[in-house]
Amino acid sequence: MSSPKIDPIRRPILPSQVVKDDEPALVAAAKAGDISAFETLVGRYERKIFRLAQNITQNREDAEDAMQEAFLKAYEHLADFEGNSRFYTWLVRIAVNQALMKLRKRRPNVVSLDEEVDTGEDLIPREVEDWGPSPEERYEQSEMGEILSNAVADLDPTFRIVFQLRDIEELSTEETAEVLGLSVPAVKSRLLRARLKLRQKLNRFFRQEANS
Amino acid sequence: MKCKALINELEVYFDEDIDPALRAEIEEHIAKCKNCRVVVNTCKKTIEFFCNSDPAPLPEDTRHRLYQAIEKKLRQPRA
Repeated sequence: MSSPKIDPIRRPILPSQVVKDDEPALVAAAKAGDISAFETLVGRYERKIFRLAQNITQNREDAEDAMQEAFLKAYEHLADFEGNSRFYTWLVRIAVNQALMKLRKRRPNVVSLDEEVDTGEDLIPREVEDWGPSPEERYEQSEMGEILSNAVADLDPTFRIVFQLRDIEELSTEETAEVLGLSVPAVKSRLLRARLKLRQKLNRFFRQEANS
Repeated sequence: MKCKALINELEVYFDEDIDPALRAEIEEHIAKCKNCRVVVNTCKKTIEFFCNSDPAPLPEDTRHRLYQAIEKKLRQPRA
């Protein structure tokens, strides 16, 4: 029997992910005080930063505040951006910090990112059912959106944020570690658990027997 | 490779730059183990559902308040 191949994740380039060539010039112009250049940068990333803040805070009002504060702080500290990383990664770091501050304010006892993860648990899923070829086709787009956002919202914040940065915002493991002040192994173990937990949560909707 | 070792590698499975020897070990295991094959495939789908969704546009009032705040800030001289 020949071995099944694991294809890499299909990641079509979404409009929101295209880094345009003019970005370094826009950043330079914004640094020199060009307001419209800065607003162009805001326009490029406002949706992603808002989604990021919403997924972290799980609160619309906090997300809006965190997004506003992130852009204002970015403007204030533009001189500190040296261009060693992508502008977006730098912006994400600021936004994550703002969003975490909001989350910690609301849930002071719950959020500690660098808390030890219990590695004693058995991660091997016990009941494994396949999903079939296109399980998402069973749902309308809006229903699908709701299923996904509820599944993420249900995750423990520390897993949720790592998953958000690695798998949704597509930061590298190293960038995620840097943004969150975690070690690379800590990011990896949280990502592993986040992926398994999400898979489990989605299983209810997508397993072959669901809806049948 | 045992199931537990395989699950523990789930974080690197789908990276394009995964070590070819590790990839081969994983593929050999999932050819024989249905459970792990299903976990790998459904996990991959899970990630794809999320990474393939573009963020929704900002609600109009949220967007309006954002640009108002920026305008206000940008008019002040920068420190």
